[in-house]
Amino acid sequence: MRSAVSESSTPTDVPPSLVEARDVRVSLQGTEILHGVSLTARPGEVVSLMGGNGSGKSTFVRAIVGAVPTTAGSIDLFGSPASPLARARLGYVPQRITAAGGVSATALEVVTSGLLGSRERDGRVGSRLRGLVPPRDAKARARAALASMGVEDLAKRDVSRLSGGQQQRVLIARALVRRPHLLILDEPMAGVDLESQVQFSHTLGHLKEEGVGIVVVLHELGALTRHIDRAVVLEHGCVTYDGVPPKDLGVHALPGHDHDHPHADPPVRDGSSLGLEAP
Amino acid sequence: MSLLQEPLIQRMLIVGLLVGAAAPVMGTYLVQRRMALLGDGIGHVALAGVAAGWLAGAAFDLAKQDALAIPGAVLFAIIGAVVIERMRSRGTAADIVMAILFYGGIASGVLLIGLAGGSNANLLGYLFGSISTVTWGDVWMSVGLAALILVIGLGLRAALFSVTHDQEFARSTGLPVDALNMVVAVLAAVTITVAMRVVGVLLVSALMIVPVAIAQLLTRSFSRTMHLAMGIGAVLTLTGIWITVFQDIQPGSLIVVLGVALYVVVAAVTSLLKGVRR
Ligand SMILES: Nc1ncnc2c1ncn2[C@@H]1O[C@H](COP(=O)(O)OP(=O)(O)OP(=O)(O)O)[C@@H](O)[C@H]1O
Ligand SMILES: [Mg+2]
Repeated sequence: MRSAVSESSTPTDVPPSLVEARDVRVSLQGTEILHGVSLTARPGEVVSLMGGNGSGKSTFVRAIVGAVPTTAGSIDLFGSPASPLARARLGYVPQRITAAGGVSATALEVVTSGLLGSRERDGRVGSRLRGLVPPRDAKARARAALASMGVEDLAKRDVSRLSGGQQQRVLIARALVRRPHLLILDEPMAGVDLESQVQFSHTLGHLKEEGVGIVVVLHELGALTRHIDRAVVLEHGCVTYDGVPPKDLGVHALPGHDHDHPHADPPVRDGSSLGLEAP
Repeated sequence: MSLLQEPLIQRMLIVGLLVGAAAPVMGTYLVQRRMALLGDGIGHVALAGVAAGWLAGAAFDLAKQDALAIPGAVLFAIIGAVVIERMRSRGTAADIVMAILFYGGIASGVLLIGLAGGSNANLLGYLFGSISTVTWGDVWMSVGLAALILVIGLGLRAALFSVTHDQEFARSTGLPVDALNMVVAVLAAVTITVAMRVVGVLLVSALMIVPVAIAQLLTRSFSRTMHLAMGIGAVLTLTGIWITVFQDIQPGSLIVVLGVALYVVVAAVTSLLKGVRR
């Protein structure tokens, strides 16, 4: 595709990237938060995005989903520049404290709202303000998505009265109901109990087998460890590591997670420079 | 029966029914966005629009001083709503936005009314509603605007729910978030100018919010809240207007008092029932 320009041009047997972000810069209220962040994810690949609080993980995924504008760099989704239509095959789980608005809404209603917007149908992409699927099918799909997160029984419950972990699972279901080709999750395991984490890990494994690409913001690899192909570590809005996930270690085991001394190092691609072998 | 054949009563009931059903639709979206008091802010700006309409009417030497009052209110309310939406989307705290609009609206309204030399009687009509002076022209305008609110507000319910519930997620799905936000703002402004006729600027927000608050006591679903609130709003306005046919009282304040009373009763009954079930 567009990789012909890069010097490490990709062999033809490597599938095209689902997301390819290059040197993305983002400024919020006059302050540059991301200073040129790059990341790619291919079909069936699970990339964990890690880094300390305030390192820019959420800002970066929000740039990918179009919630904040970029000031420089480029983001390609499914081989073409990011646009509302290109987001048809994207599923997003924002980082948040609550799934509730001012009016109560049932879990089913929240999940069904995932079926709106740009959607893919019969291989063609289009934008719909009303649901893509007829209401009856939409309900069935939403219920199936809730079931895949093990919260089918909460369908009729008011989301504002669910526990934090239950709300989180509803929000994951809202992304899954879109049947995305690329899933972007911002700390999806926050507040989710261990049993549900393991269950979600199975769901993730299935999605991966189906060729879904996954970018997941995590503080520790935890229950998802065995599915993660690559870890990208952010520090102060720069990538400081991009490579095999550090085995069984959370990001806090990485050197320099302490933000008192800013990192100016160029991205390192070698696990050994992290001193992981040192006892 | 014969009362229902009175043209004035027919007009009042038609306008009341439409406004009572349409106002809670936009009220639901505003509550969802936690901007329940937006109606007050915009209402005060609309009042400035009424005064500006009077000034313009005087300047153009129109026979009827009121001719441009409602168009002025609609224009000002929409501008106010768009300004609020702009400030909100740039991250200004909602309560600050509202306060600025509220005070700016009422101060400039009073100033312009002074300049226009509007009589107290005229002003009171806009502050507290003047449904007993509705003409067939008013009815047709209300029908048109209420139809607009109902068609768009109900027709785009799924998309408007998504945008008001979780804007960031809505954007990630490729929904035209900015356009939909503008739709909410403009329709809220239109609702306020229509409802102003029935309950007046001071209580316009109540007609949008109180039915939603009552519905929230009875259901936990968003769509059912909206439908129930429409029904409650319509019943409240019709009841209020019907009572004022026999009793010489302000319909606007009566409707809102009835609404608040119903809220108290429903709240008491539901909490009693919960207590019984426990
Ligand atoms: N709306 C905003 N306006 C201004 N600055 C912001 C805004 N949102 C985030 N920031 C700043 O951007 C930086 C990165 O924030 P971000 O939320 O991306 O961090 P994060 O890596 O996701 O942290 P966490 O682990 O706590 O979720 C922080 O310094 C934060 O203060
Ligand atoms: Mg974050």
